[in-house]
Amino acid sequence: MKALRFAVPLAVFAGLAVLLYSGLGKDPSIVPSPLIGKPVPDFDLPELRDPNARVRASALRGQPYLVNVWGSWCVTCRVEHPLLMRFAAERKLPIVGLNWKDEPEEARRWLKQYGDPYAHIPQDLDGRTAIDFGVYKAPESFLVGADGIILFKQVGPLTDEILARDVLPLLAKGAAR
Amino acid sequence: MTRSVLAFALALLLSGSVSAIDPMPFRDGGEERRFNALLAELRCMVCQNQSLADSDAGLARDLRNEVFELMRDGKSDTEIREFLVTRYGDFVLYRPPVKGATLALWFGPILVLGGGSLLLLTTLRRRARALRSLKAANTHAADDKGEIA
Repeated sequence: MKALRFAVPLAVFAGLAVLLYSGLGKDPSIVPSPLIGKPVPDFDLPELRDPNARVRASALRGQPYLVNVWGSWCVTCRVEHPLLMRFAAERKLPIVGLNWKDEPEEARRWLKQYGDPYAHIPQDLDGRTAIDFGVYKAPESFLVGADGIILFKQVGPLTDEILARDVLPLLAKGAAR
Repeated sequence: MTRSVLAFALALLLSGSVSAIDPMPFRDGGEERRFNALLAELRCMVCQNQSLADSDAGLARDLRNEVFELMRDGKSDTEIREFLVTRYGDFVLYRPPVKGATLALWFGPILVLGGGSLLLLTTLRRRARALRSLKAANTHAADDKGEIA
């Protein structure tokens, strides 16, 4: 009974400490996506660089690709951009740049100024496709497998660490399958 | 002077709360009430402690339009919530469903309340018992000396 008087509060304290400590390093604005393991949302949008062309989700099937949601208005996209340029140059994966609620003129100027890492740029003028992707905080990136299934989602800028730890291993596993 | 300043401040206050939401072309009051009730239970993903009804973030505006159009398409409240959950997860709901991952969220507070009450009750009982035995001991001691405590 005496031992219990110490053990119970100690156990409660230890439990709380673990719970609160595990929450310390997390960003509460990053919410797990329900889309992982689901097929990529269907879209059929105009291509930013060619007014006569369309980018269709169905046409992208058969190879893995990275969807990167960006906008010329998005400051963090500018921070992420050099990494995308490097990643595109490595040619491991085509990058599809979903241009989210942007002025096409501004977007084209942005690419001219900083460089264009994208294989395709579907233009999401009204933000409908972004809603289908559950986008809420640009930049966001999705790794899509050759079968059109979303394997991974990153909210916020990609980093070398995330590419090495999450994206590339998943890609290797997908290729082996 | 003070009065006009106050009136101005009040006007500013009101104008702010009015402009947060752009008006929708509602058919009637019922539709408007349904729309507002639905939005109040949906979280704005950009500013997480605001509902879709309160937020003037761009995405919140797009989602309000989406909800409005789904309503016009004849979708039920459940279908509209489902539409958002499949895209954004349970987190968009201010009232998350009861399931494995949310058990602690739903029943944790009851557990803590129950545990706390139990602890309080046993502590109070123990104290009362200790006090009673102390009193009894005192009266015994007093009886032995022939005095009245």
